[in-house]
Amino acid sequence: MSYLQIAIIYIIFALLLDSIILKTYVLRLKVFWLSYSIVLFFQFLTNGILTGFLIVTYNPAVLLGSGNYTDTTPPLIGDGRLFYAPIEDVMFGFSMIVFTISLWVYWGRKGIQKEPISGPPPKWWPKGHWYGTK
Amino acid sequence: MEQFSYLAVLFFIFFTTLFLELILKARVWQKMKRLFLTVLPVLIAMTVWDWYAIKESHWFFDKDLTTGLILFGFLPIEEFLFFIFVPIAALLSFEAVRAIKKQSIPGENS
Repeated sequence: MSYLQIAIIYIIFALLLDSIILKTYVLRLKVFWLSYSIVLFFQFLTNGILTGFLIVTYNPAVLLGSGNYTDTTPPLIGDGRLFYAPIEDVMFGFSMIVFTISLWVYWGRKGIQKEPISGPPPKWWPKGHWYGTK
Repeated sequence: MEQFSYLAVLFFIFFTTLFLELILKARVWQKMKRLFLTVLPVLIAMTVWDWYAIKESHWFFDKDLTTGLILFGFLPIEEFLFFIFVPIAALLSFEAVRAIKKQSIPGENS
């Protein structure tokens, strides 16, 4: 199987977990997408380091991109790469994050360490409409 | 020192997300039982993928930029820690956003 094929299987499993198996429906929450966009930004940063410096390299036969970058820096963007990493990595990360948030919400609803809930942030923390706070 | 390159990325993730717990009161590290029950299945699911990908040569880890410590005969310790620290970072982000937005999750009121 290619990297993309496994990624699709994992994404489908993540969607089933959230909607049918655990019924957590985290994908409907605005806080999920807001926090995921923060995670995605840092994924691009940290994964860019891992792949840009060749700490992790990939077999071109299983990727969408075709170039062999096992010994040379991959493109920043292009040939199936996004910030040096294979674009499939976004799906890898997304499935892992959905598993995580869904399970976390599930255990909370089961009453396992539901409380104390998060917050409040310190009084000096800036409030602003950009993140939807009154 | 360069054998700690991958580990350094994980420590960066750990330290930069600590303020979410300590200052924004994400209260994730504080809930060890719930955290364990959440991270363990994720760790298992992602390790299965990693096992297959390593076995089928989908990806490789640079021998000079990793510690070379291997768990279960195939899993670099950095990957094992990645599957723990990255989910925790995601939970910290999720709970910190909730804390700031004062938003409860349906079915998990208060």
